[in-house]
Parts: sequence; C-alpha cells; structure tokens
Amino acid sequence: MQLEALYVAQPALTAQAPILAIAVPLIGACAAALAPSGRAGWMISVVAAMVSAWMALAVAGEVMREGVILYQLGGFAPPAGIALRVDAMGALIALLIGAVGTLAAVFSGHSLAAEVRPEKHTLFQAGFLLAQAGMVGLVYTGDAFNAFVFLEVSSIGTYALVAAGERRDRRALPAAFNYLIMGTIGATFYVIGVGFLYGATGTLNMADMAARLGTLDQNAAVQAGFAFIVAGLGVKAAMFPLHGWLPGAYAHGPSLISLFLAATATKAAIYLMARFLFEVFPDGAAFGDMFLQWVLAPLGAAAVIVCSLQAVFARELRRMIAFSSVAQVGFIFLGFSLANASGLSAALFYMTAHGLMKAAMFMALGGLAISIGARRLEDFAGVAREAPWTAVAFGIGAASLVGTPLTMGFLAKWQIMEAALAGGRIWIFAVMAAGSVLTLVYVGRIIEVMFFREPAPGAPRAKESPVGVLVPLLILAGLSLWFGIDASLPQQLAQAGAASLFEVRP
Amino acid sequence: MNGGELLILLALTLPLFAAAMIYAVGRMPDVRETLTLVACIGLAIVAISIFVRVGQGDPPALTVAEPLPGLAIAFRVEPLGALFAVMASVLWGVNSLFSIGYMRGRREARQTRFYICFALAMFGVMGIAFAANLFTLFLFYEALTFVTYPLVTHAGTPAARRAGRVYLVTLVGASVLLFLPGIIGVQSMAGSTTFTPGGLLNGRVDAAAGSVLLLLLVFGAAKAALMPLHGWLPSAMVAPAPVSALLHAVAVVKAGVFAVLKVSAYIFGPDLISTLPAATWILWMAAGSIVIASLVALTKDDLKTRLAWSTVSQLAYVTSAAMLPMASGLVAGGLHMVFHAVAKITLFMCAGAIYVATGANRVSEIGGLGRRMPWVFVAFLAASFAIVGLPPMAAMWSKFLLITASFGSGEWFTAAALIASSLLSLVFLMPVAFRALFSPAGDGAGGEFVRPGGTPVTSLVALCVTAAACVVLFVAVEPLADYLAPIAAVSFMETAP
Repeated sequence: MQLEALYVAQPALTAQAPILAIAVPLIGACAAALAPSGRAGWMISVVAAMVSAWMALAVAGEVMREGVILYQLGGFAPPAGIALRVDAMGALIALLIGAVGTLAAVFSGHSLAAEVRPEKHTLFQAGFLLAQAGMVGLVYTGDAFNAFVFLEVSSIGTYALVAAGERRDRRALPAAFNYLIMGTIGATFYVIGVGFLYGATGTLNMADMAARLGTLDQNAAVQAGFAFIVAGLGVKAAMFPLHGWLPGAYAHGPSLISLFLAATATKAAIYLMARFLFEVFPDGAAFGDMFLQWVLAPLGAAAVIVCSLQAVFARELRRMIAFSSVAQVGFIFLGFSLANASGLSAALFYMTAHGLMKAAMFMALGGLAISIGARRLEDFAGVAREAPWTAVAFGIGAASLVGTPLTMGFLAKWQIMEAALAGGRIWIFAVMAAGSVLTLVYVGRIIEVMFFREPAPGAPRAKESPVGVLVPLLILAGLSLWFGIDASLPQQLAQAGAASLFEVRP
Repeated sequence: MNGGELLILLALTLPLFAAAMIYAVGRMPDVRETLTLVACIGLAIVAISIFVRVGQGDPPALTVAEPLPGLAIAFRVEPLGALFAVMASVLWGVNSLFSIGYMRGRREARQTRFYICFALAMFGVMGIAFAANLFTLFLFYEALTFVTYPLVTHAGTPAARRAGRVYLVTLVGASVLLFLPGIIGVQSMAGSTTFTPGGLLNGRVDAAAGSVLLLLLVFGAAKAALMPLHGWLPSAMVAPAPVSALLHAVAVVKAGVFAVLKVSAYIFGPDLISTLPAATWILWMAAGSIVIASLVALTKDDLKTRLAWSTVSQLAYVTSAAMLPMASGLVAGGLHMVFHAVAKITLFMCAGAIYVATGANRVSEIGGLGRRMPWVFVAFLAASFAIVGLPPMAAMWSKFLLITASFGSGEWFTAAALIASSLLSLVFLMPVAFRALFSPAGDGAGGEFVRPGGTPVTSLVALCVTAAACVVLFVAVEPLADYLAPIAAVSFMETAP
C-alpha cells in the first residue's frame, strides 16, 4: 500500500488534521467526564479515539507527500506561537497510538464492567482520552516545553487509570503510587534539562534549538541539559534500570490500561528521546555519541538479557509480559545505538511491531479476565480449549514477540539484526540472538500451558470473549500478521522518518 | 499464471487441502485413508511433472510475496530440489500404505491427527524443496519442525513428551541461534539470499567471514544431525514406526542435509567452499560423526535406536559430500540423499512390521523370526546391503562416488572414515537379518503373533516396494547422476580458463 496515494479526508480537513488529532480526544475527555452514564462515556470515548486515529492517518498520508508538516496554532509563528511539527517518524507513532487507542476504546466496553467500579466508568473514559490526547500531542509538537506539558497530561491520565484497577487487584494502588512518583521524577528531570537548554539557546522550539546547538557542544549547560533529558525520558521509557514502575503498573492495573500503556506510553517517550538524540542535539556531538555507545547500548543489552530472564522466572502471566516489555525496549535501544538511518528505521519499525503485538496479548488476557480472575500462569492451563479465538489471537501476538517468520515481529528483529551486522556491531547481533532465544523460552512456557495442558480440576472455566472484545482483538492480531507479509505501510514511514533525521533522502 | 507457477502452487496447496479434507472426514477411517493415498498419488504426479520440466530446462518459478524489499517468499526449482520433492512425495505414498497397516494393526489412538500432520509435513517439504532463497527455505524448514512435533509425541507418554521437548529445543534453538543469524549474515553481505548457481557469496566475502557463515549455516541446519547436534534423532525414536520411517529417514533429516547441500552449492559455491578453512573443519567433524555414530550403533539393542544412529552416520556422509573441495561431491551427496532414504525407510518399515506382528523391538528378541516372516527379513537384508554399500544396491554408487571424490580432493581422512563406517555397518546390520533368517532357534522361533496374521498386507507391500527400489535404482543411477550434473557443472564452466 502506498501512503502517498492515500487520501482519507478533504484537503481542508487534512490541513487541520494535526490539531484535530489532539483536540478531539481532549474535548472528548471533558465530555466523557460529564457523561450521564458509563455507556455514554464509552460511546464518546470510541468516537473521539476513532476520529483521532482517522486524523492521524490523514496526517500520515500528507507527511508522505509533503515531507514535514508545520502547523501553527492560531496562525502565530514560533517562537511566540505554538507550533506542531510532524515528520514521518511522528506520523508513524501517532498512527500507532490512534489505532491501538481506538481498538482499546472499543474493548473497554466489556472489560471495564469486570474490572472497574461502575461509578468510575465515566471518569475512567475521561482519563483514557486525556492520555491519548497527551500522547498524540507529545508526538506532534515541535516545542520542547509543550512536549513536557503533553507528557504530563498523558501521565495524569495514566496514573489514575492504573489506580482504577484496585477493584480487582488491591496492589494496583501501590503500583499507581510508585508509577506516579517515578513518572514525576522523570518529568521533572526532563523539564530541568529543557530549562538548561533554554538557558543556553534562548528558544524552546526544537528546530530552532537544533540550529543554535550546532556550535555549543562543549557548553557545560548543554551537556547537563542532555543528561537530565535522557535520564528523565529514560524513566518514562522504562529504560533499564529505570523501569521499576513498569511491571507493577502493567500487571495490576486494569487490562485496558496495560494494553494501552504497553503499546503506546513507553513508545511516546522513546519517540521523544529519539527526537532529542538524533535531531535536537548536534550531529556528531561527542557526548551524544558517547551516550549511544557506552550507555544506551549496554543498558539496552542488559535489559534484553536481564528482563528476559526475569520474564522466564516470573510466576504471574501479566508480570511476565510486563518484563518482556522492558526487554523489548532494550531491543529498540539497541537499534538506536547503531546511530545510523537503518538502525533507527529498524527501531521505529520494531516499536510499531511491539506496540501491536503487546496490545494483542494484553487484550487477549483482558478478554480472559472477564470470565476467570486468573493471575498465575498455571491458572491459564488449557484455556485454548474453552476460548479458542482469544487464545489464537494471543498466540499470534506471542509468535510475533518471538519473531516467528511471517509475523511483523520477525521483520522487526530481522531489520535490527541486519543493521547491526552492516554496522559491524557483532556483539549487538549476538545479544539480539540470545534475547530471541530467551523470549522463545518464556513464550514457549506460556503457549505450552495455554494450548497443551489440561485445565486443573475444579478451576474456574474460561469462556470465549464476547464479540465486542473479539473484534478489536482479532484486528490487532491480524495486523501483526498482515504487516508480516506486506510491511510496506509501517516500513515506508519508518524509513522516511529515519532518513529525514539523518538527512539522507532515499 | 503459467504452467510452472500452477505446478508449484499445486504442490504446496495439495498437501494443505489434503490435511483439511482428512480433518473433515476424520470419523470415517476408510475414507480418510483413501483420501491420503489419493493425495499422495496426486502430489507424486505433480512432483514428477516438475521434475520433468526441470530436466527439459524449463524450471518453474513463482513469487508469492515480498514483505520487505530484497526479502521475498519465492520458489524456483532446480535439479536437487526437484529430485528431493519426487523422493519425498513418492515415499510419502509408500509410507502411507505402510501406515495404514501399522496404525490399524497397533490400534493406535489419534490416527486422524497423525495423517493430518503427515500431510502438513509434506507441505513443509515441498516448500523446502522448491525455495528460491534461504529465507523461504527457512520458513518451511521451521514449519516442518512444528508440524512434526505432534508426531514425535504421538504416544503421549512422559518419555514421548521428553523426546518432543528435546526435538523442539534442539531444532528451534539451532535455527534461532545459528541458522537465522547465518541467513541475516548472508543477506547483509550479499543484499539477498537467493540461491545462485556458482554461489551467491562467491567473490563477496573473505575467508574469515565466509567461514563463520558456513559454520552458522551448516550447524544451524540441525535437522542434518551433525554431531554434536544429533541428540534429538535417537531420542525421537519413541515415535511410531511410520513416523521414524518417513520423517527420521526421509523428510525431516533429509530436509537438513538438503539445506546443507543447497547452501554449499548455491550460497557458497564449490569454488568458495574449496578456499574456506571452515569447510575442512566441518569435514573433520563429519568424519568423526560418521565413525562415532557407527560405533554407538553397535552397542544399541533396540532396533530402531540402532537404525537411528546409523542415520546419524549416513547423514554425515552427505554433509561431507557438500563440504568436499570438489564439485562432483555435490552430485554424490545428492544421490546419497536419495539412495539412503530408500534404504533406510525400508529398514524402519521392517522394524515396524516386526513390532506390529510380534511386539519385539530388540535385536536380541528376533532370533529365528525370519522363518515366520521371510519377506520382511529378506527386505531387511537387501536394505542392509544398501546401507553397507554392497552391489547390487543403488547406494553402492553414491558411496563409490563419494569415496572417489574424497580421494580425488586429497581428503583421505574422510575417505578413511567412509570405509571404516562401511565395515562397521556390516557388523551392526548384517547380524540382525542373519540372526532372524539363519539362527535355528531363538525367542522368536515359536509362539503366536501378537497380531493375528502377522504383518498387515499393506505394510508388507510397502516395504517390498522400497526394497525392490534399492535394486532398480542401481541400474538407473546414470540418468540420475546426469540429471544432477548441472548443480556442479556450472562452476566447472565458470572456472575454465
């Protein structure tokens, strides 16, 4: 599919699409908070998320045709006005957020009833839309401080959403608190870093900042700002070893939030980090290269190995997949650390692949959670017999996670490994191979329990997920398969995004 | 869509369609088994048509999808693949005939699943045989692992499940850790993984990088059971005899050595192979594999396990052939792949026939049995001759060519290992048939058959057909060798001054 030829909205609407993709969920959040019933809140949520995704698709088509889109709010030019600046990389991540957000919103119709107190449903939907608006804004903005604002908007939503899981699992409360503290520290670090850069350059607009930083790479304030920014975003992105908040938040929050966070929240932070690493900071700055070589690459490798091992030995299924998420972030950082266009393009592709597969896996578990309140891996014995469709969708997500050929995950791993080899980084290649085997071990354990083991006598029987869950679930799983056979859509965005950051237009 | 594309598509979809149909009629054993046989015949006809087309210089090709630029799921048939497909599809038919008798005679459970997995395995084999690049080969190679896993664990006992785990861990582990990195390495060096006559990497890599890639790809193809990655094969013998016969003598293990041959002929090319130090190391490993596996086979009393160790040894013949610094080794390897398959499937079917009739599965239990089961043991004797490499059996030729090629290229170590293993196989195979046929009295001489009537007729027919094939191929060796000649000849022409 060629995105250049994709026109999903009138030109006049497309011109306003970047802001609509942010504003519609934001307004929707207010409306959902005031909605008379949970049902109405759900409908608002679905419509707003869907419009946002639609706009994101329109933006993606426009970006492929025009290159970078600049959108000035109210027509005021930066530095005074607020500017949105969308390139192919941002278009790809926003599209992922929109697509997963829409499917998650549809899914929430059933899952909330089982997991969240009824009187909280409208507020839950409001928080969810807030999170989505914040993330899309974070991805689209061209302003370092606005990025902080959007980061906090989305985080406020997600802190509350994690805590809403307390009805089913009391551990959601400490997990949410933990997440709140860690996330706030991360955001504070980020804003301190931006302050340093503002002091050094006198601008908050990322493009201007990049232009003025060109000669400032020996400036101590710039270097301190860099350190604060990558550390702060490292917390938000669950960069090993700053990932402590993640397993709890994913494992104990409502399943909707695990799936939405896993697919999008860390991705948005990783995206912002890529912006700073490859665009804002001067090319070839010694500290940037040093960070990539000596910090990001070893930490990525450590995440791949350590967190995969933690996943192997985890006893609760959702915790297992949460650890796996940290390990996958490691894979993405390994792609970044290659510091070239093919590595970045592969990492962006991996982010998309991982978002889709993890969303499918968490959604499948959410579908099962409606009928069985299982947590431990053994409780899922034989669910494939009772809920075959849900189990198959989970299996497709898991296959993509392992990197089975004909799934998107395979192409993602393939690209990073090929880029590592082309860059002469044999050790990264070896870590990736070892990480893939560890992934195979824990995923194999899950598959064996779900598909080949007899259910324990007397255990609650799983039921097939309702249609409202199955449809979004199968769409997610189908996307992992479809992009494994024809990857042109994410591939062209990832490639164009990486190329524009490294300024080698294909 | 032209005729060639259609044929490839048929070869791939026919087994899938057969699997679906078998599932649909699973409750009616007669219909189910008739369907299997019809599918076997159909597939054999398709494979033979492709074989003929390739011989006429009109190789079928088909591209299915291209997920990323330079990474395509594509098929293109060359002589080695055409021969492999014919061998597998014809032996599938024979083996199905045998299975019908065996599975009914043993009253095995889950027979529908058994036939479905066989059909799916054939889908994997056809994909491997016709793959146009390493990536496509890898896809079907992995698929073959997963669809044959339920067959290994068919019995459902703890031992079977343990064997299944070893099977999966070894094969998938080697694929992910060695084979796939090797493929990505090839892609990174050459920009594609297409099988190219004369060698894709020829002239593009230095000796060090080439050696690493060769080691990754040869050991990564763990289905070839080259030591030290051979352990899964003897343990997989817990599977029913038809599974051992078709998969662990023909489809699965031959997919491994087939991959090694393809990598040698089309990824590296004979010229590059002859300059790589790693090829020599692999030759030594293979020589060790040949001798050690034969020695271990001597010590095994369980008949199928003994045969499995012999397979490990014989597979290393083919790996050696692929690594010889002489292009004619490839032809010898291709021929041995086929001739060994025919002989070994016979031996396994004989073992199965003995087991279904008498319940005996140990060499020590079969003394004197030959008087009651003369056909089975005559076939066994004939196939033993073939494994040893005696005339008038086809495998004599391939062994002869192989020894000549190893001497010719100065690899006397390999030649010595081949001769030693021939003598050893004489010692561990001949006594089996002799004991049964000529020992005047033994455990098996008297008593009743476990199954009334002894070996089922269909099984008997099947094993006699393959035993006869060993002899028939003895006289048909020349056309086959000529057919395979192009895979080696290209490099002769290119290197000619």
